[in-house]
Amino acid sequence: MPLLSITDLSTHFRLPDGALRALDGVSLEVEAGETLGIVGESGCGKSTLGKTILRLVEPTAGAIAFDGDDITALPTGKLAPYRRRAQMVFQDPFASLNPRHTVAKILGDPLKVHGIGGLHERRRRVEDMLRRVGLGPDALDRYPHEFSGGQRQRIGIARALILEPDLVICDEPVSALDLSIQAQTLNLLARMKADLGLSYIFISHDLSVVRYFTDRVVVMYLGRIVESAPTRGLWARPLHPYTRALMASVPDPAQGRIALPLKGDLPSPQDIPRGCRFHPRCPLATDLCRSSEPELRDAGDGQSIACHHA
Amino acid sequence: MPPKAIFAAPGDHHTPPPPETRPLAAFRIEDTVSAPTASRNGVVSALRRHPPALIGVAILAGVTLLALLSPLLFPGDPLAITGEPFLWPFASLAHPLGTDSLGRDILAGVAHGARVSLRIGLSATALGLVLGVAAGALAGYKGGWTDAAISRLIEIFQTVPSFVLLVVLVAITQPSAGTLSAAIAIVTWPTVARLARAEFRSLREKDFVLAARSLGYSHTRIIIHEILPNALPPIVVTASVMVASAILMESALSFMGLGDPNVVSWGSMIGQGREYLRSAWYISALPGLAIMLTVLALNLIGDALNEALNPRKRGGRA
Repeated sequence: MPLLSITDLSTHFRLPDGALRALDGVSLEVEAGETLGIVGESGCGKSTLGKTILRLVEPTAGAIAFDGDDITALPTGKLAPYRRRAQMVFQDPFASLNPRHTVAKILGDPLKVHGIGGLHERRRRVEDMLRRVGLGPDALDRYPHEFSGGQRQRIGIARALILEPDLVICDEPVSALDLSIQAQTLNLLARMKADLGLSYIFISHDLSVVRYFTDRVVVMYLGRIVESAPTRGLWARPLHPYTRALMASVPDPAQGRIALPLKGDLPSPQDIPRGCRFHPRCPLATDLCRSSEPELRDAGDGQSIACHHA
Repeated sequence: MPPKAIFAAPGDHHTPPPPETRPLAAFRIEDTVSAPTASRNGVVSALRRHPPALIGVAILAGVTLLALLSPLLFPGDPLAITGEPFLWPFASLAHPLGTDSLGRDILAGVAHGARVSLRIGLSATALGLVLGVAAGALAGYKGGWTDAAISRLIEIFQTVPSFVLLVVLVAITQPSAGTLSAAIAIVTWPTVARLARAEFRSLREKDFVLAARSLGYSHTRIIIHEILPNALPPIVVTASVMVASAILMESALSFMGLGDPNVVSWGSMIGQGREYLRSAWYISALPGLAIMLTVLALNLIGDALNEALNPRKRGGRA
C-alpha cells in the first residue's frame, strides 16, 4: 500500500474574473521511503499540489488517501493525527518562522499542541532535534532574525521533523538559499531521510537538484501531470516534448544546448487552452492536440506520459 | 539511498542565484524580522533617541505621580470649600493655584482630576482595545461572511457621529467611571477593529501561519499566539492616541455636565469656570492646561512608538 495516494485531485480558486484551475485532475502515489520530485515552471500548480495534499488548501474534487485512510473530507478538527504524520518545509526561511517566537517555542509548541511528553521530555526532544540539524542548544532562546538564511532553513526543517512525520513535503526548500548553503541543506535533508525513514515530496524548478535528490519525478504543466517516470529513466529518455524542453533549458557545457525552443509564455491557469493544454507551445502539435486532451498512458519502464505523439 | 554528498556528483550544473537575491533577503530581515528587537530593547532606545518623546514621558510620569499621590498631598474631598472664593494663583501659600468661584482649591482639583482622567483614559482604552482587537482579529482571520458582518457593524458605528453617540450612551446610564469608560470604549472600538482586521488579513497569508496550520494548531492558538504578537505594533501606537482621545472625551462630557457629579474632573472644572471666563479665566485655564499637557504627552509618545514599531516608517515592509 502506498503511503500517499491521491486520485484526480483538483483545486480551483474562485476569482472575481473566473475560476483559476491551479490543479486539474492530478493522480499520484508516494511509496514509503521514496522521494518523489515534482517539477515544472512557476505557476504550474506544484506548490498548490503540496498545500492541497496537506489540506492547507481545500481540494475542489478528488481524493487524498494517507496510509490507506481517506483524509479528503475529514473536518479540520479531526485532522490532528494526519497533521502529525505529514509536514512541510517552506521555501522562504525568512517568512516561514514566526519572528516573535524563540526557537524553543517554535520547536516546542508543536509537541505541546499534540500533547507529546512533559516539559522535560519536550525540552529533550527539541534539543535532540536541534543537534540533528546541526544547531547547538544555545539556539534555543534566540529569535529567528538572529540566524542566517541557511540556519533558519535548518530550524524550518527541525520544526517539520519534530513531530516525527512519515511524509515531508519540501516546497522549493533550497531555492531561496546561497549555492553553498543549498548543498548543505540538501545533504541535511538526505541524512534526515536516512535517519528517520522519511518519504519526501520534493517540489522544485531546479532540475539538477531534482535529478540528484529524487527517486521518481513527476512533470507538471498547467495543473496537470504530463510525464511521470523514475528519475534515472526520465533523464535517459525524456518523452514528453515539454519535459524535453525543460531539460534542454538547463545549460550543459558538455553537450551544448539542445535547441528545443518553447514558443510563448505559460498560458494563464484562468484561461487553459482547449485540447492538450501544451499545444500552443508544442513543436509536435497537430489538429488532434487542438481538439482532444491526452490522458496519462503507460510508456513502459514505469514511465507514463500524457501526449498524443511522443 | 540518498547519496552522501549530493553535489559531489559530476555533471552538476547550477545557475547561481541572481546577485540581487541576497541583498533583498537581507532587507527583509531588517524589516519584518527585526520586529522583536524593536519591540523589546528597541522601544526604550527609540524613545531615548527621540527628545520630544522624552518630554512626553516626563510629563506623563509627572501627571501619573500627581494622580497617585493626590490622596496624600490633598487629603479630604477636593469638592470641599477650603478658602475664600476667586483667590488668584500664587496669591496665597495655602492655595498655590488659587480657588474657584466657591472657594475650592484648584490644585487639589487638578490633582484629583488627574486620577479620574487617567483612570477613565486607561480603562476606556483597555476595553476599546479588547473589543476592537477581538472583532478585528475574527474578521481578518476568518474572512467570508464573518468578515462581512463585522465590517458592516464597524461601518455602522463609524457613520454615526461618535460624540453624539457618546452623549446618548451616557445620557441613558448613570454616569460613573465604569459607565463612562464603557461608553467611550463603545465609541472607539471600531478604529481598533479596522486596524486589527487589516493586520490579521495580511498576516494570515504568511508562511508561518501556514506552518502553524500544518502543525495542527487550533484557530484560537494561531490567532492569539502566532498572529497577534505580530499585529500588535500598530495597535500599540493607536492605543497611546486612544488614551489621549478618551481623556478628551471624558473632559468634554464633564464639561457639559454629563460626567460623574460626585468626583472632580478636569472637564467639570473647566465647565464650572466658564461663567467667570472674563474675570477669573484661570479657573478654566488651569485644568485646561492639564488636559493639554497630558494629551500632548500621549501624542508625543505615540509618535515615537510609531517610529520605533512601524516598519513602514523604516523603509517599507516586505
